[in-house]
Amino acid sequence: MNKTVNQKAWFFVIPVFVLVAFNAIIPLMTVVNYAFQETFGNNVFMWEGTRWFKQIMLSERFHASLGRQFLFTFIILFIQIPLGIAIALTMPKEGVGVPVCLVLMSMPLLIPWNVVGAMWNIFALPDIGFLGHSLNALGFDYNFTQQIGDAWFTTILMDVWHWTSLVVLLSYAGLRSIQPAYYQAAEIDGASRWAIFTKIELPKMKKVLTIAILLRFMDSFMIYTEPFVLTGGGPGNATAFLSIDLVKMALGQFDLGPAAAMSLIYFFIVLLVCWVFYTLMMRNEEKS
Amino acid sequence: MKKAKWVVPTIYIIFLMLPIYWLLNMSFKTTTEIINTYTLWPQEFTLDNYKKIFTDSTWYTGYLNSIYYVVMNTVISVAAALPAAYAFSRYKFLGDKHLFFWLLTNRMAPPAVFALPFFQFYSSVNLFDTHVAVALSHCLFNIPLAVWILEGFMSSVPKELDETAYVDGYSFWRFFFKIFIPTITAGIGITMFFCFMFSWVELLLAKTLTAVAAKPIAATMTRTASTSGYELGLLAAAGSLTIIPGAIVIYFVRNYIAKGFALGRV
Repeated sequence: MNKTVNQKAWFFVIPVFVLVAFNAIIPLMTVVNYAFQETFGNNVFMWEGTRWFKQIMLSERFHASLGRQFLFTFIILFIQIPLGIAIALTMPKEGVGVPVCLVLMSMPLLIPWNVVGAMWNIFALPDIGFLGHSLNALGFDYNFTQQIGDAWFTTILMDVWHWTSLVVLLSYAGLRSIQPAYYQAAEIDGASRWAIFTKIELPKMKKVLTIAILLRFMDSFMIYTEPFVLTGGGPGNATAFLSIDLVKMALGQFDLGPAAAMSLIYFFIVLLVCWVFYTLMMRNEEKS
Repeated sequence: MKKAKWVVPTIYIIFLMLPIYWLLNMSFKTTTEIINTYTLWPQEFTLDNYKKIFTDSTWYTGYLNSIYYVVMNTVISVAAALPAAYAFSRYKFLGDKHLFFWLLTNRMAPPAVFALPFFQFYSSVNLFDTHVAVALSHCLFNIPLAVWILEGFMSSVPKELDETAYVDGYSFWRFFFKIFIPTITAGIGITMFFCFMFSWVELLLAKTLTAVAAKPIAATMTRTASTSGYELGLLAAAGSLTIIPGAIVIYFVRNYIAKGFALGRV
């Protein structure tokens, strides 16, 4: 759409700008304040320069939780995106099946995150949980509170359970927007199912898939409540992702300086990845 | 072949329902049954857990608090986002692209980063432990999302609609409320759904900004779990009840979801 230049449009944006600035800029400045200074309470600050940043960048603890975070996010995207597309492709396109599928599949998205964690905790307990009990009955030695592998398996399974539906909904919406004429043309040409998928469906889903990947990246990178309730970051530090580690440092140990420096580095990483995605997305949109 | 297609969604839905079933199953059991035996369905069916929640005010006020700030946040977010999304979809203005990206960056900010400064900030303006504080803090991620979704819907409405209305002598606000908003109801429905959803499920900020008066149900649950021993049945019942508002909202927007998604950006 060709837009007209109109500077008065700013008046429409002001309420949003004020509300978000109120929430974003003032607290962010507080974080910046802590990141460069040392405090002993009572509003007494001492300038520390980049000391906290150096300390965080060189700390093994940060490297470890950053590594875990990237591994987790990568596994999540690798499972959820293809699985979501596959489910969207096999979903019914009309009839009573559509609302049934949509309502049931959206359920996990609307459960408070700590309830998701508590639910999976109860579900996976080795003695009284359905998952834990079944796995042990099948001969696996499963205990997510004590074994690192099991803790990761349970956390990933929980996230797949929780968020795959978002990818399904988005892909499904993308698929629905394809005109029937495309499929008819493909049928006349005698195209294989695979060819239809790669030549028609996938290119048409590109836009919604970018959004799905972006949202899943952001949210899995910020994950806190569910693993906190499920495993508490344990066993040991095995599932202490960035947010869990950060809250532990800021509110648990009250190391405000390093925690603030870590916050800024953390935020910067998310921002960088999202900026790359966003630019690519906008470029695609301008092309089409 | 046609029939085989049902297999994948069916298996997926069964996988989704299993943990929910297990939670419901636990909520109808007595504590002794939960601890002593492994049963696939309640042997001594009991409603005691639910009774306790509906009669104990610390429990049910948690639900009311949550619903109160979620509704407040949804209304604020959508009301503020409507004119802004219109501006982004129709006009070019100084710094529009940067502003749009800046808004999105707030959707990307990890809540863990903001928890402590939010606590200090809202305490200093005397809003700590109020519903308004939680509703406003959730604007941080809901307003950008609302602007993003609404802008997509508005861009799909042809500009000729606006121009025809002006030719017919409509003033801007009359056009906006009488013609424009009714044409994008599906988009507004979807946006409200997402705002409700993200405000309802968020806990970290809601928990940080409240103590007693505005404490959300999710926080009541975690605190109960840690203080009064591990009452799994009660916890399961409270958890099961948190699913209901979401299920009601989904039921109302079920027709919009598929149609709305296809029209808009999300």
